[in-house]
Amino acid sequence: MTRVIKYVFYDILRTRFILLYTLFLLLCTIAMFQLDSDTGKVILSLMNIVLMVVPLISIVFSTIHFYNSYEFIELMLAQPVDRKVIFLGEYFAVAFSLSLSILAGVGIPMMLYGADASGFTLLYAGVMLTLVFVSLAFLSSVLTRDKAKAIGVALLFWFYFSLIYDGLLLWITYTFMDYPLERLTLTLISFNPIDMARILMLLQLDISALMGFTGAFYKNFFGSSTGMIFSTAVLFAWIVMPVVIAARVFNRKDL
Amino acid sequence: MISIQQLRKNFGRLQALKGIDVEFRSGKSYAMIGPNGSGKTTLIKSILGMVIPTSGEILVDGENIRHHWSYREKIGYMPQIGQFPDNMRIGQLLDMIRNIRQHPPAVDEELVEAFQLNAMLDKRMHTLSGGTRQKVSAALAFLFSPPVLFLDEPTSGLDPLSVEILKEKIVHEKERGKLIVITSHILSDLDELTTDVVYMHEGTVKYNNSLETLKEVTGEQKLGKAIANLMRSVSAQHPRIHKSHEKLNTIVL
Amino acid sequence: MKIIIIHSIVLLLSIALCSATTIIVDPAGKTKTITAGIRQASTGDTVRVTAGTYREGNIIISKSLVLQGEGKPVVDGEFKTEIFTIDARHVTITGFVIRNSGMSSVKDLAGIGSIGMDFITIRRNEFINTFFGVHLANSNYSVVEQNTFRGELRGEIETGNGIHLWQCSNSAIRDNYIAGHRDGIYFEFVTRSVVNGNVSENNHRYGLHFMFSHDDEYHDNTFRNNGAGVAVMYTRNVKMINNIFEKNWGNSAYGLLLKDINDSEVSHNRFVQNTIGIYMEGTSRTTFVRNLFQRNGYAIRLQASCDSNDFRENNFMSNTFDMATNGTLVLNTIDKNYWDKYEGYDLNRDGIGDVPFRPVNLYAMIVERVPTAVLLWRSFLVFLIDRAERVFPAVTPENLKDNYPSMKAYDLHPTT
Repeated sequence: MTRVIKYVFYDILRTRFILLYTLFLLLCTIAMFQLDSDTGKVILSLMNIVLMVVPLISIVFSTIHFYNSYEFIELMLAQPVDRKVIFLGEYFAVAFSLSLSILAGVGIPMMLYGADASGFTLLYAGVMLTLVFVSLAFLSSVLTRDKAKAIGVALLFWFYFSLIYDGLLLWITYTFMDYPLERLTLTLISFNPIDMARILMLLQLDISALMGFTGAFYKNFFGSSTGMIFSTAVLFAWIVMPVVIAARVFNRKDL
Repeated sequence: MISIQQLRKNFGRLQALKGIDVEFRSGKSYAMIGPNGSGKTTLIKSILGMVIPTSGEILVDGENIRHHWSYREKIGYMPQIGQFPDNMRIGQLLDMIRNIRQHPPAVDEELVEAFQLNAMLDKRMHTLSGGTRQKVSAALAFLFSPPVLFLDEPTSGLDPLSVEILKEKIVHEKERGKLIVITSHILSDLDELTTDVVYMHEGTVKYNNSLETLKEVTGEQKLGKAIANLMRSVSAQHPRIHKSHEKLNTIVL
Repeated sequence: MKIIIIHSIVLLLSIALCSATTIIVDPAGKTKTITAGIRQASTGDTVRVTAGTYREGNIIISKSLVLQGEGKPVVDGEFKTEIFTIDARHVTITGFVIRNSGMSSVKDLAGIGSIGMDFITIRRNEFINTFFGVHLANSNYSVVEQNTFRGELRGEIETGNGIHLWQCSNSAIRDNYIAGHRDGIYFEFVTRSVVNGNVSENNHRYGLHFMFSHDDEYHDNTFRNNGAGVAVMYTRNVKMINNIFEKNWGNSAYGLLLKDINDSEVSHNRFVQNTIGIYMEGTSRTTFVRNLFQRNGYAIRLQASCDSNDFRENNFMSNTFDMATNGTLVLNTIDKNYWDKYEGYDLNRDGIGDVPFRPVNLYAMIVERVPTAVLLWRSFLVFLIDRAERVFPAVTPENLKDNYPSMKAYDLHPTT
């Protein structure tokens, strides 16, 4: 496995895209720290990048990469290598390089300018979202042979999770506002990884507002470490499930 | 030895392989022949595990290959069109494959040298001509001296000199008792290289016997002509085409 | 008023030093109980109580004297009675550990209680598990300072207030630490008094509960993590300066609740991480100057019943929502504040933004109606909704705005 990861990783580095992505994050983060002396505000602006741009880049890049790796995958398949190893090797290499971009691009300036717990949560959310969206990209890649279609599906995933889903959720909460909706909304929110990452950040930035809730349920959830553990668990599920399904599909796929 | 039993493969509604029974024995060299779309590449890819059969079994040295992968250590594969990661250099590619194969029995760099690939180790794959890619592909297939070789259109795109080098190598390996399966449209090449003929048509094996027998039966000296005869007789089996070549029909499976 | 207090202390000290005798209470000595010590003493004497545990039920102090604990003697009420009842003017109690008072739903049993007696000083005592800590009624010129109050065993209903003053005037409550009571400090009909330097935290209801108490001042206190924060109600002319209100979390928890307050001043306070920084209704002619509102759910919730208030030079930073209101008519001035959410520009570089800032956020109004919707805060969707509202204000009150928003945060050093 490590050998496969190593070669895919080298291959990704050679395309220079990762380098550009890292540089983009680096410049954005440094610029924000330069423009604003209030760390809290910087974290807030960075949060928008992490919640919007990182999933988009991750899912599109991973999908394109997967299709560009067909040659490599075919080459590997003729060798005495397990299919799962090839697939997971691809996954880990892509996930690793994109995560590295975030850690370097956002993490290093944070270290230099100094950041508090919310900064680290942001970094963590960024890495988790990267992993989730690489997972989703791999899933959409194995579902169709057509590269354009797969990129379309990937973009749809992104659009759905960053906008459409929340719109539906808002509509539901507004329509059924007279009913106790705490459990339902929290359940529904966990079906969206971007929302889950956002909740992690809200726990850092807006805990005072979250604690203003009527229900003891919310209070327990947000007041203790339960919220942190829950959202982390859900994000993990979001990483593991698509990639496991994708690996199973890939295992039975004709190449 | 590779033994294939009742192998079927459907791509959606298309039946690419319709229940194939065939055996490839060590020490023999097979010409796999058939019109385009007759299922040759699908069969080879099934054996390599790249295509997952709908039903049926494939045994390599008596071991079912389903859910296995280590048997591929025994197989060298030269695909119809060699696809390689664009950004890799030839040298890196060779290193990588060497690295991936953990315990190769022996490294056979004869073709690497004969094709003079050593002089271009720094070239990136996407800068290579089709012929050079074929050379790399061939060199990789033979690199670990595997007991089984699948060569899918090995000579296409190669210059005459390289074709000769490759043929010599194939003959040499055949003489060393390896199992070789070649598909090619250039039948004159196969004439020199193979001992047996597997003829496929619309997902079934229509003929599987030695080259000698085929020539004897058809009364032709050249494989090309013999095959042409064979193809005609196979088409004749189709109900809408009038029956002829009774003699051949008897040997067609 | 301060002068009077100092005078009273000087007076007490001079009495103690010049003319008084000292009676020593010692469990191993001649006078074994505090009650006996008090009986032996005459007006102006000092009763010095040495280390030990004294279980004497209700101790009534009916003479003006100084009761001084040495080596932290423990006075235990065994959960039965009020511990000290002061029934004389000019009484000082200092240096005791006062614990386990009785509890009653009829009588306000306290660690130290007094009705109608002036010039009481309660200093450097530790109150542990008292129902009420200090309970003073109709008492003027009293000082409660440097005590600690910890209600550890009891729940909200079984506990009284830490420091409870009713119908008092010219009193000083300073440098105390109060935790675990119903209200940390409770003022009702207390006038011309000062509350300063106290830390009131983890109380079940309010850190400071303040009603009908005019002309008071409280400054340099910290109110932290109390059930409902601080409530100041039905009062005029109160000065709230340089206090810290923080981490008052909950659905009806406020850093500061102002209800029917007039002609008052709220300045140089720090409201940090409260569900609502200031909740105000029926408040008028009050100035809010140079306060810091940071990381609150809502910095200010301004109900429509408030008018003629002036918010000036405050810093609003990292709050989830800066302001919320329930009406459309706004009769308050909100100018020259710093808002970290302000995105305007300053072409003439005078430090004042050229376009007004609207602190009421549309999504805050949605959350007002559907609290659950707060979970979608900071999502891309909400961002878009908010942007649209900022460009075409349709729902948010038109005239609730800061016309001269500061481009830079004010430097709000705590005043000392």
